[in-house]
Amino acid sequence: MSHDGHAEAAGLWSRIFSTDHKVIAKQYLFTGIAMAFLGGILAQIMRLQLSNPGHPVPGLGVVQGIKYNATVTMHGTVMIFWVAMPLLLGAFGNFLIPLMVGTRDMAFPRLNMLSYWTFFLSTVVLVSSFLVPGGPSPVGWTAYPPLSAIPAYSGNTWGVHLWILAVALELVAFLMGGINYITTAINLRAPGMRMRDLPLVVWMQIAASIIFLFSVGPLVAGAVMLLLDRTAGTGFYNPAAGGDPLLFQHLFWFFGHPEVYVLLLPGLGIVAEILPVFSRKPIFGYRMIVWSTVVTGLLSFVVWAHHQFVSGIDPRLAAPFSLTTILISVPVAVTLFCFMATLYRGSIEFKTPMLFALGMMAVFLIGGVTGILNGSAAADIYIHDTYFVVAHFHYALIPPVFFSFFAGIYYWYPKMFGRMMNETLGRLHFLGTFLFVNVTFLPMFVMGLRGYPRRVYDPSQFVALGNMGGMQILATIGTAGLLFSQVPLLINFFGSMKRGRVAGANPWRANTLEWLAPSPPQHGNFDEIPSVYRWPYEYSAPGRDNDWYPQHVAPEGALSRKAG
Amino acid sequence: MSTAASVTVPTPRPVERRPAVTAGRVGMVLFLFTEAMLFAGLVSAFLVLQGRAPVWPPPGQPRLPVAATGVNTLFLILSGVTMLRAVAASRKVGGNTATWLAATGGLGLAFLLGQGIEWARLLGYGLTTRSGVYGATFYAVVGIHGTHVVAALIALAVTWRRADRGGITPARRESVVVCALFWIFVVAVWPILYVLLYQPWGGR
Repeated sequence: MSHDGHAEAAGLWSRIFSTDHKVIAKQYLFTGIAMAFLGGILAQIMRLQLSNPGHPVPGLGVVQGIKYNATVTMHGTVMIFWVAMPLLLGAFGNFLIPLMVGTRDMAFPRLNMLSYWTFFLSTVVLVSSFLVPGGPSPVGWTAYPPLSAIPAYSGNTWGVHLWILAVALELVAFLMGGINYITTAINLRAPGMRMRDLPLVVWMQIAASIIFLFSVGPLVAGAVMLLLDRTAGTGFYNPAAGGDPLLFQHLFWFFGHPEVYVLLLPGLGIVAEILPVFSRKPIFGYRMIVWSTVVTGLLSFVVWAHHQFVSGIDPRLAAPFSLTTILISVPVAVTLFCFMATLYRGSIEFKTPMLFALGMMAVFLIGGVTGILNGSAAADIYIHDTYFVVAHFHYALIPPVFFSFFAGIYYWYPKMFGRMMNETLGRLHFLGTFLFVNVTFLPMFVMGLRGYPRRVYDPSQFVALGNMGGMQILATIGTAGLLFSQVPLLINFFGSMKRGRVAGANPWRANTLEWLAPSPPQHGNFDEIPSVYRWPYEYSAPGRDNDWYPQHVAPEGALSRKAG
Repeated sequence: MSTAASVTVPTPRPVERRPAVTAGRVGMVLFLFTEAMLFAGLVSAFLVLQGRAPVWPPPGQPRLPVAATGVNTLFLILSGVTMLRAVAASRKVGGNTATWLAATGGLGLAFLLGQGIEWARLLGYGLTTRSGVYGATFYAVVGIHGTHVVAALIALAVTWRRADRGGITPARRESVVVCALFWIFVVAVWPILYVLLYQPWGGR
């Protein structure tokens, strides 16, 4: 590199506004991690109020009323849109797709850069809503009208305006990202790589992006109408003007429920990459998993009204939506069964990525099974809006968003930063996280079945519910433990950048193309674009000295397959 | 390498991939599916709100100008035709792509101007965003479509400038095609909105 001062300044500029997919991935990664701590602290503030109603939270005073509602709203919003999306799609989608399909960068690198900086702007807008008069939006992450449509109801004007603007910018950012991911995987695959040679995580990223693109339009329409209701005096959601508040719920959940699969599928994809490597076995049922993903994606568009069983929808709608909701558990279960069959008689190594992958499956199983109860209209009428639902969706979302993310970080860290993470700290991180997720959310199933309502800042006022303060305190201890359990991760993550053992190109002896590139890969990824000769899961193939057989290694001897 | 015992057939190197559809077109089509879902959301919202009204259009409110907008619609459809001619011209050596692009832009501007005059007149008659869901849906749906026309005009202006200055290269032909995809979408979605919004029947 040049020592010329001007060139160095230009270098810094191009490193910040980089079009390199790996740099953009890390920008998403660090923004997402920072926002995860914001989301976690918001959760802890909520928990402190719930377990000690009326006692001041250190530094914030008593968090009740609008203050509590704003905390709930921002916790949900931050975790879904500013943690799950940037970590699973922004970081892993960007980092993995070009490397795994064997190309030098995304199909549209400049659009990719614009995607991150739009996301960054949305983050600034969201965080700035904490500083405006009235504070951030208190109308829930679902922003149901009339509460969200009429400022007098929520007592908040600017917070909600900024919330809508921030979410809209965030959606635009991931629209640009999604177009890039799909186009790259379809058009820029290395020579010889067929669609059925794609690693499953790439399939899942494509599926998640397609689901996102096809579901986001109606939400944007709904959000525009909400903003017009607030600013231009339209009455789309106001019955007095001929509007319909339920309309927003339909538009919101038409996006909101597919969004669950936008987060789940990349999470499952990460697990699908890790299980074969640490069992030294081919993935079981590659095609079944791909088809299950397709069916999950299709079904995810026809389940949305299960969020509205008690909202006053036509009861005749409830039965078909119950049916589709229960049906969607079938393809997801098929995927999990394939994962379990992959483990069967494998040579399993319990390295940290594998621990988190297995933890993901275990915790997600509870989230999935309890979802069947919520999906059935008859059961849901009883448990709707109770802590049971809170427990369910945390058990369903924490596995893909955090367990899969952690699994992926421990697994791909050597590729991202060139060094290994520490195993002991990793195991400590896993034990704490796994334990405290359950300490936090298991009690909530019990509370919910006893009728404990969610979204209430002081549950102790319901005398009829009896004393469940003990379980609230347990859940608060769980959240604190969960936050504290992330300390080993932070030490490990930042410490290993300098002190970690230097990783070779392929420390896990894995097959996919990213392990051919140097760790970390240079700009342009590969010295020479690889050719692909087989699928990604050729482990323990008989008749070979090594128990792995990378995709790019040409078979010796006989012609094994036609080119192209 | 191989021993004398086995016969070695050299493995051919897989051939370079030639995608069936260029990345620009794949990206644009994905974007247009998203856009189609946006308009599907708007149309379904309109149908729900219209279905709730006892009488549609509501009595005592201005009627939408069916004929004037019909003429305006023809301008927009014509701009779709000229856009297709621009694409066809870009395939020929010495085709007058820039001229057809300019004609498309002119017709697009004429449509936008017609819509602007119509809005001004309707506001004059007292149809505003505050006059119930009738006015609200009209301004929201037509406004969002109009925003798309403006965006398409900007894309068109950039494409036209390139074609006008330096003639057509393969890369510029590709940008004409991608721009045309967006333009045709904006043209094609309008007649659906026109029929739904302007037809004088509906309600319960």
